[in-house]
Amino acid sequence: MENRLVVSSSPHLHSGVSTREIMLDVLIALSPAAVASVLLFGWRAAAVILVCVASCMASEYLSAIVLKRPQTVGDLSAVVTGVLLAFNLPATIPFWQAAIGSVAAIVVVKQMFGGIGHNFVNPALIGRIVMMASFPSDMNNWVTPLQGRMVDGLASATPLESMAQGEMAYSYQQLLVGIRPGSLGETCIIALLLGGAYLVVRRVISPAIPLVYIGTVFILTWIAGENPLIHVLSGGLVLGAVFMATDYATSPINTAGKVVYAIGCGLLTVLIRIYGSLAEGVSFAIVIMNVLVPLIERATRPLPFGEERRFAIWQKK
Amino acid sequence: MSVLKRIFKSNAGVRAPHYKNTAESETLVMPPPERVIISMQQHIGAPCIPTVKVGDIVEVGQVVGDSDKPVSAPIHSGVSGKVAAITELVLPGGVKTSAVVIQTDGEQRVYQEIKPPAVENYQDFLKAVRSSGLVGLGGAGFPTHIKLNPPNPEAIDTLIINAAECEPYITADYRECIENTGDILDGIQAVMKYLNISKAIIGVERNKPAAISKLSKAAAEVSEPGREVAVKVLPSRYPQGAEKVLIYSCTGRMVPPGKLPSDVGCIVMNVTSVSFLAKYLRTGMPLVDKRLTVDGSAVKEPKNVRVIVGTPVHDVLEFCGGVKSEVRKLIMGGPMMGLAMMDDQLPVLKQNNAILAFAEEDVLPGGQSACIRCGRCVRACPMNLLPPSIEAALKIKDTEKMAKLGVMNCMECGCCSFSCPASRKLVQSMRLAKGELRKAQAAKKA
Repeated sequence: MENRLVVSSSPHLHSGVSTREIMLDVLIALSPAAVASVLLFGWRAAAVILVCVASCMASEYLSAIVLKRPQTVGDLSAVVTGVLLAFNLPATIPFWQAAIGSVAAIVVVKQMFGGIGHNFVNPALIGRIVMMASFPSDMNNWVTPLQGRMVDGLASATPLESMAQGEMAYSYQQLLVGIRPGSLGETCIIALLLGGAYLVVRRVISPAIPLVYIGTVFILTWIAGENPLIHVLSGGLVLGAVFMATDYATSPINTAGKVVYAIGCGLLTVLIRIYGSLAEGVSFAIVIMNVLVPLIERATRPLPFGEERRFAIWQKK
Repeated sequence: MSVLKRIFKSNAGVRAPHYKNTAESETLVMPPPERVIISMQQHIGAPCIPTVKVGDIVEVGQVVGDSDKPVSAPIHSGVSGKVAAITELVLPGGVKTSAVVIQTDGEQRVYQEIKPPAVENYQDFLKAVRSSGLVGLGGAGFPTHIKLNPPNPEAIDTLIINAAECEPYITADYRECIENTGDILDGIQAVMKYLNISKAIIGVERNKPAAISKLSKAAAEVSEPGREVAVKVLPSRYPQGAEKVLIYSCTGRMVPPGKLPSDVGCIVMNVTSVSFLAKYLRTGMPLVDKRLTVDGSAVKEPKNVRVIVGTPVHDVLEFCGGVKSEVRKLIMGGPMMGLAMMDDQLPVLKQNNAILAFAEEDVLPGGQSACIRCGRCVRACPMNLLPPSIEAALKIKDTEKMAKLGVMNCMECGCCSFSCPASRKLVQSMRLAKGELRKAQAAKKA
């Protein structure tokens, strides 16, 4: 008989988990917030999400062809980037601008640096930052949910903007449900927390980053004499802490590193919010910490089993 | 801190499926095959040199290979018959060795010199263990007489018996616990007596309640002050049976990198090894047969079989009703750490505990995609390593970085590859990295 035995390295068993399955889990976790965005901001929210997802997938597909890489559009990571970018945009954003942000996210940040797993900053956040720099007025065209279902709805200030001017116009209940102006996916805190809980239960993300990040913001704003609950519930903090700061490629791989990174995110967010000229600082805080990840990982590298704890930085062998 | 460590460590490893399909299959004795191929390398250490030549008549229990090197173990014939050839053999894993081929006569005459060894003291005991041919039967095959002769015998206070059997499919050790409980306890007592160890712990995974209750009852009967035998129930989490993990679970002691269990006062023995030892001290019959779990999707009748060492794998599969579909992957050992065989004519070795034959659908696809840095491998690694960083260091052949990342601590348990969503061949990379590092260190010395 012909010998057709496969000889390969152990292990000969696999858990069955795949990149695609993980991305699908993230999409499932994002869906409550997506539904909430449509309920709050109307059909245009859905249209913005669709535009971003479609342009991200197209960018991913074409990049793979142009760069002669294996096709990775099937792993759904581009869909996740698209949804996350859309969540960071106002519902009134012109579609062509959303498409430009998507192309910047996928082509420039992700594919040009080597594709999935190799981007050194969060693609969706850079997409948003590119758009903020390019289209500042459209990116700040907030509408009040439920009333502003039209494209040219009532332009209004976000809670953080109004708080920076010393007034507070929204109750905690309104903030939890998301009845306040803001990016289309960031407002409904309940939906975001539901998604986060799903990711933790499915062990897609470790709770370390969201908990430490939000906790740091809470404590620091409280120390600074601001209302910590309002800081946590408004702006993009929950969206950023649960879905953006936990991005695998741009956050530390070990638990100690995750904690240091999340504290840094929280600190920078508070500094920007309180002392910076911008009302919101989540995007920049996460992107800056993304860049520091290799250094954090080096400083917090876990020791092999059984080795004595020596602090790597000042106790070199 | 230690509480934190405990919580953190309990998360390491993976929840591998159990597939203990053959747990209730009582061991069947397979009759001697037509011919046995006895490998001269069935242990870690120096290979044996055949002590017989073509045409010699050998009997059951007779030595057919031995070595004068310290780290080695003699090899015995499990059949009576005539030496037909002395050939070369390539074992799974790529080691080349010579082998004695014996044509069996079916009479199974026992060698005349087989008699219970006279053991008066520790030195006699070590000599007896050596002549029994015993090696670590859990799979590693480390010569037992070396293991039982640590550099610091007075510092050893705990004997740990490994009955975790954390590899999926394998139930050979479980059957030993059920079928030969008495021998296990006799063997433990012998080791405790001659090495003057006061405490023995039998580690069993929680998924084997029958073995736990049987062993606990027997242990309670023989326990006495100063010679305590206890059963420790371990979580069913792969790789509980890995030596360092087992020592930690049973005693809370951590074996530092590059050190041996004896450095933390422990000796670890496989449950079948210790049970064989009792049998040997009683009968004098050396290690010539072995219980194997034969399972896998291509096997018609999965079961536990007692097989003579040297029996070709093909004959063992035939004894289990043959195969029901084409075998695409043949594994010697368990699915997590076992070696894929390239030929079904290869013989069974002393330290084997399973033969798994898989059909097409159970062969993992070969491809891999980019690492997404999800950290599942880092969470899973029982040795606390960073497989992706080691893989990256391997890519640029940075041996200094590999050493710094502690790649030598890797025991190739397979948890990283098992849990990788990108199906990266991490264990393979770890092996290559270890090889590169060894090469670089050897070059440095030279």
